[in-house]
Amino acid sequence: MTATATPVRRQLISPPVPPSPFPYNKGSLLSVQDLSLDAISHILGRATALESMNPLERDRILQKRRVALLFYESSTRTRTSFELAAKSLGADTALISSLSSSIEKGESLKDTGLTLRALGAEAIILRHNSSGAPWLLEEATRLPILNAGDGMHEHPTQALLDLRTILQDLRPGVDTVTPETLKGVTVTIVGDIFHSRVARSNMWLLPRLGAKVIFCGPSQLLPDTAANAGPAISVERDFEAALKASQVVMMLRIQAERLAGQQIDLDQYKAGYQLTGQRLAEFAPEATVLHPGPIIRGLELTAGVADGPQSRVLAQVRNGVAIRMAVVERALGAGNEGGRA
Amino acid sequence: MSALVIKGGHLVDPGAGVDAPKDLFLKDGRVAEVAAPGKLKGTNGAEVIDASGLTIAPGLIDIHVHLREPGQGYKETIATGTAAAAAGGFTAVAAMPNTIPVNDSPEVTRWMLAPERGAKVRVYPIAAATRGSKGDAINDFAALKAAGAVAVTDDGHPILKDGVMRETLAAAARVGLSVIQHAEDTRLTAGCSMNAGPTAFKLGLRGMPPEAESALVERDIRLVTELRDPRVHLHVAHTSTAAAVAAVRQARRNGLRVTCEVAPHHFLLTEEHVGHYNTNAKMNPPLRSAADRDAMIEAILDGVVDAIATDHAPHAVHEKEVEFENAPNGITGLETALGLCLRWLHREWKLPLGRVLSLLSAQPAALLGLKGRGSLAAGCFADVVIFDPKAEWVYNAHQTHSKAHNTPFDGWTMQGKVRWTISEGRIAYADK
Repeated sequence: MTATATPVRRQLISPPVPPSPFPYNKGSLLSVQDLSLDAISHILGRATALESMNPLERDRILQKRRVALLFYESSTRTRTSFELAAKSLGADTALISSLSSSIEKGESLKDTGLTLRALGAEAIILRHNSSGAPWLLEEATRLPILNAGDGMHEHPTQALLDLRTILQDLRPGVDTVTPETLKGVTVTIVGDIFHSRVARSNMWLLPRLGAKVIFCGPSQLLPDTAANAGPAISVERDFEAALKASQVVMMLRIQAERLAGQQIDLDQYKAGYQLTGQRLAEFAPEATVLHPGPIIRGLELTAGVADGPQSRVLAQVRNGVAIRMAVVERALGAGNEGGRA
Repeated sequence: MSALVIKGGHLVDPGAGVDAPKDLFLKDGRVAEVAAPGKLKGTNGAEVIDASGLTIAPGLIDIHVHLREPGQGYKETIATGTAAAAAGGFTAVAAMPNTIPVNDSPEVTRWMLAPERGAKVRVYPIAAATRGSKGDAINDFAALKAAGAVAVTDDGHPILKDGVMRETLAAAARVGLSVIQHAEDTRLTAGCSMNAGPTAFKLGLRGMPPEAESALVERDIRLVTELRDPRVHLHVAHTSTAAAVAAVRQARRNGLRVTCEVAPHHFLLTEEHVGHYNTNAKMNPPLRSAADRDAMIEAILDGVVDAIATDHAPHAVHEKEVEFENAPNGITGLETALGLCLRWLHREWKLPLGRVLSLLSAQPAALLGLKGRGSLAAGCFADVVIFDPKAEWVYNAHQTHSKAHNTPFDGWTMQGKVRWTISEGRIAYADK
C-alpha cells in the first residue's frame, strides 16, 4: 500500500460473547444445535430399536419414572406422541396445561417448574408460546428439559422425526448419520417460515447432514434475512422453481395465532404457494411431501396432495412416537450411554 | 458545615483544563481552593483525605437514570439508587419521569427532591413533556422548571405526533429547558423484544428495526430545523444505531443544537450478547448489530457523542426471571459505568482520560445547564470522585448498593476503583 491510501476504519477489539452455559443437564433436548452427529445417530438408532421392541419388555425401561408434560399451547400430535412414548417405556406421566392449572392464577414458569420437580418429576416436556422458555425452565430446575416447541424458535423432536421420515424415503436402512448422509438432497420448506419453529429446527439439522434447505414464501412470511440464518440455506420466492430443485417439500401452515395483526391475502397466497396435484405432478413428481401438521386442507395444500401417494404426513406422525421414545429414554439416562451430546 | 482537604492526588478536571498534581480544599459544600501540592493554607481542623497515587476528578454526572420513586420502591428507591450512584463515582443523576404517578407535575418533582427521600447525591428530576407521558397535552414547563426540573421528556413513550413534538420543543425553549427524546417509532416495534436482524430470526423473536430509532431522530431534527430558534435544544437519549448518530452528526454540521448520549452497553455489547434469552441483555433500545456498536465507539471517539449516560433501569429479580418476551426492558448501570469506560474507552480504545471524564461530567453538566457541576474550579460544588486508575477489579452484581442486580456486566473486569465519592462536601461513599 502507498502512503496515500485512505485511512482504514479502526479495527476494534471488543468484549467477547461469553460461552453459553446451556444445556445444564445432559439429558435435555433444548435445541437441535446441541446434538452432535453421534447423538443424532444414537437417537435414530434407539428410535428404531424401541419401535420394534416387545412392548412388555419396553415397558420396563423407565418403569415408574416420572415425566411431566407441561403445555402452554394446545397440541394434538406432539402432546399425544410424547405421552404415548413415555408411557410405552413404562414411565408415569402427568399432564399440566396452562388452562386448568395454577398457571391461570399467575404462577410463573420458574415456580411451576420447581413445583413439578418437588412433586417428583424427573424430566419435563415443555411446549410454550414464548421463544426461549425451555432455557428458562432448565436454568431454574436443572432437570432434563425436552423442548416440545417454543414460540417461533425450535421444535427439535419435529426436526428429528422429519429426518427419520426423509431417511426412510431416500436412504432406507440408514440410522447412522454423517455430514454426507443427505448430500445431493434439497429440502424446500414452504410458507410461513417467519413464525415457524419447525422451519428453524430443520434449517439447523438438515444442512449438518449435507442437505440444502430452500425457504420459499412471500416476503411477509419470509424475511430476506432468513438466508443468513445458517450455511446451505437460501431463499427462493418462486415456488415452482423451488419445487423443481427439490427431493423433499415441507409445507407449513399459516400460523394465524402468531400473525400479530398482519393481514394475509389468502387467495393470493394460494395462487403463489399452495401445493396442488398439478404443481406436484409438473415440477416435483418424485418428491417426498411432508407437513408437520395440523394441515389446513385447501389452504397450504389440497386434499388430493394430502391424501396422495407422495404424502408422508402420517408416516411423520408414526415416526414422532419412535423419536420421542428415544429422546425421553435419553433424558432419563436409561438407554445406552453412548452418543450423548 | 465541615471542611475537607484532599491531598497527594492527581487532579483531572477537563472542564477547567487541569491535568496535574493538586491539593483541594472543600468548604461549605463548595470548592474553596485548588492549589499545587502542599500549598494549601488555612485548612486547620479540616478532615484530610490522602489521595496519594489516586486520580481526583469532578463527580460523575449521569443524565439518564430511573430511580423508580414514586411508585415502584420495590425496584429501587431514591435512597438506594443514589447510594449506587455514589458507589459508582456519580455525584449527580437526572431522574426520568416514568414513575407512578408520572412526574408531570411540580408536586411530584418537589416530592422527589424532598430531604425525606434520603438521596446520597444530587438528584435532578426530568419532568414529563406531556400529561401522563401520553403524548397529547403539553405540561406547564415553567412551573416544572420552577419546581426543579432540568429537562422534559416522555422517555419510554416517545412523542410521535409531529405537532406535539414541535410544540414541546418550542415551549421548552421558551423557558430554557432541553427536550430529551427516547427515539423509537413505536408503530414499528410493537411486540418486539430485541434488535431486528439475523439474530432475532434465529432466536424466534420479533425485532425492532434500526429505522424505528433513526426515523424518529430524523423527524425530530427536521422539526428543530423548521423551528429556526437557536434556543431549541434536542437531546437524543441512548443513541444505539449508526443511522441515528449519523443524523446527529449532520444536524450539528448544520449548526443545530442537537446532542446525544450513548450508554455503556451500546458501545460494548451486541445483539449476540442476548445469548440464550438472557433477560439481563434486554433493554430498549436493544443491543444492536456489531456495525451499530462500532459506530457508537467511533462516534464517541470522534466527538459526536456529548455524554455517556447509563440508563440505569433497576428491576426486581422476579421480574427478570421470566420468558424473554415478557421481561421488562432495562439494566442497572451506575456502579459499572466508570469501570467499563476506563477499561474499554480509555485503555482499549485509547480515548484520553480527560475526554472520558469529560463525557461523564463536564459535558453532561453543560448539556443540561447544571450550574456549578462538572468542574472542580474554585466556587464550584464540592462534587468529587477519587479513584485508583490502575486498580482492576471484578464487579459482583450481588454486592450492589442498588436494590437490583439486573446487569449483563456481573463478573466483568473493571478498571479504576472508586475510593471516595464526595457530594457537596460530604463523603457519600468510601471504599472499605
